[in-house]
Amino acid sequence: MSAPLIQTESLTKDYHVGGGVVHALTPLDLTIAQGEFTAVMGPSGSGKSTFMNLVGCLDSPTSGRLLFDGEDVSRLPTDALADVRNRKIGFVFQSFNLLARLTAEENVELPLMYGRVPRGERRAKAVKMLGLVGLAERGHHRPTQLSGGQQQRVAIARALVNDPLLLLADEPTGALDSRTGVEIMALFQRLNDEGITILIVTHDPEVAEYAHRVVRMRDGHVISDSRNAAPLRAADVLARMTAQAAE
Amino acid sequence: MTYMDSLISALQSLKVNVLRSALTTLGIVIGVGAVIAMVAIGAGAESRVSELIKSLGSNLLMVTPGSVTQGGVRLGTGTRFTLTEDDAEALQRELSTIVLAAAPTVRGAGQVVSGNVNWATSIQGVTLEFFDAREWDVEIGRLFSQEEVAGAGKVVLLGATVAENLFSGGDPVGQMVRLQNVPLEVIGVLARKGETGNGGDQDDTVVIPLSTAKKRVLGDRQLRGNLVHAIAIKVSDASLMEEAERDSRDLLRQRHRLRGTQTDDFTIRNLSQIMETRAESSRVMTLLLAAVAGVSLIVGGIGIMNIMLVTVTERTREIGLRMAIGARGRDILTQFVMEAVMLSLIGGIIGVTLGLGGSILIAEIANWPMLIQPQAIVIAVAFSAFIGVFFGFYPARRAAKLDPIEALRYE
Repeated sequence: MSAPLIQTESLTKDYHVGGGVVHALTPLDLTIAQGEFTAVMGPSGSGKSTFMNLVGCLDSPTSGRLLFDGEDVSRLPTDALADVRNRKIGFVFQSFNLLARLTAEENVELPLMYGRVPRGERRAKAVKMLGLVGLAERGHHRPTQLSGGQQQRVAIARALVNDPLLLLADEPTGALDSRTGVEIMALFQRLNDEGITILIVTHDPEVAEYAHRVVRMRDGHVISDSRNAAPLRAADVLARMTAQAAE
Repeated sequence: MTYMDSLISALQSLKVNVLRSALTTLGIVIGVGAVIAMVAIGAGAESRVSELIKSLGSNLLMVTPGSVTQGGVRLGTGTRFTLTEDDAEALQRELSTIVLAAAPTVRGAGQVVSGNVNWATSIQGVTLEFFDAREWDVEIGRLFSQEEVAGAGKVVLLGATVAENLFSGGDPVGQMVRLQNVPLEVIGVLARKGETGNGGDQDDTVVIPLSTAKKRVLGDRQLRGNLVHAIAIKVSDASLMEEAERDSRDLLRQRHRLRGTQTDDFTIRNLSQIMETRAESSRVMTLLLAAVAGVSLIVGGIGIMNIMLVTVTERTREIGLRMAIGARGRDILTQFVMEAVMLSLIGGIIGVTLGLGGSILIAEIANWPMLIQPQAIVIAVAFSAFIGVFFGFYPARRAAKLDPIEALRYE
């Protein structure tokens, strides 16, 4: 097994809600290795979103340690966290979160802007990323001119543009029809084959079938952590769907 | 994120809702435009007044006859002439430290004729001190000689307006004119002075030696002996005006044998003071108008703040997304401040254009003097940018302080 990318040690997160305290994460110890394709599952309130926010460096834990790429990020100030997010993490959201007034290329360029990449290099990199997700022809389109699946591909290109170590996806297929969802999963599997670590947070068991490892959570702790010996290949599923449609 | 990136982002988002952006800047446009126009009008009025002061001759006191009491009856001012050439001489002699020149003058009106052309104008009989006191020189030709002043020389200096009307551009020097049927030689034309404070033409006059006026031309029976209509006193320095006024009054009272409670039989007026009072009041007016216009700038700023607050709320998800992909608080702050500054700066530039256009239009239509001041334009543009920063900062800071998780979840 390769080196750990994410390591949590007795990680907890409390929320103060209306005078009471909610323990969103009870002490959590979990290690995700580089190159893994992990799905975190659980009903709402299970703590999976809190876990994702902590791993994504959007939030700081109440106690415990979180090592990301060997660096303790659990006590970093907000600006340093922003830099970690910019350089090491790519986010994919259920609702794509593209800026409607920008073209696909400009959307993909955004992380480079915050990473202070010179203007001249940005466009070339964005174009390359769009090519990688199969949207080379759509660079000048605005999000409203693209289908849901295409928008999510643009979002994935944006997540990849800074060469992150981790792709963090929150219900990435939630807003898509089933076929497009499988297409997105195929893209994730291809990217994972090329070496990028992927963490998907979902409540959809079908999505989890494509992952190598499934972590189930409930009430703030892990209830099961299993390896998927033979994950579904999204490419195969797509081929089967095409065949069925032809019949 | 560089400032250039912020600038481009700001312009991109302002372009999304052009109408809203335009309406938001309207307050600044009107405010800046009003300030520019008001300052231009005010500066124009001020410069006109200061020109008048200059044309009048600066540091000038005018002594004219005052009220005289005769057998217990106070007569109106100017009914009796009380000033003499000797008074003028005494003023110049006794107060030589503060009075540069004291010029006795007589006035009248008459017809001046050259060939078959004639023109009605005012006549001033003066001594050489007059030209010092009024800071008036000849444009062409020469001034009177001492002999001409002392011996009622038959010479005349024409005001520019008179010269134009009689000789229509030709050279009048050496020509003969008749003034009240007295033939006089034109020895020069006076430099152009322009309008008087109340709209009269100072150049519509002829100037002759005092003795000539009294003996040959005016023939006013009231001007017996060496009585004159008025004395103009030129004071050496503006700071000595009050002292000169007081000393002149004392001297004249003494010479006119006025004792204790007897009222002055003359009036001393400080002409430049009157003008300066007018200048001051027009300055205050300008300041008031500019202040009112300035208030509309503040109102415009509040409008920008209001729209920026709405924008930040509307774009909460965008802010969350930007934070998730690595924007620091500072980046978000810069972006929204930049948007506010762009709004107000564009408004300021449009406002300057409209203000300048408006001032020129008012100058054309209402024939008001207008003086466009470059520093007013610079200040107005800089101030509108400052308003953008000031009123844009609070909404921008609100955006920068958003929690990325909350912001991403915002519906």
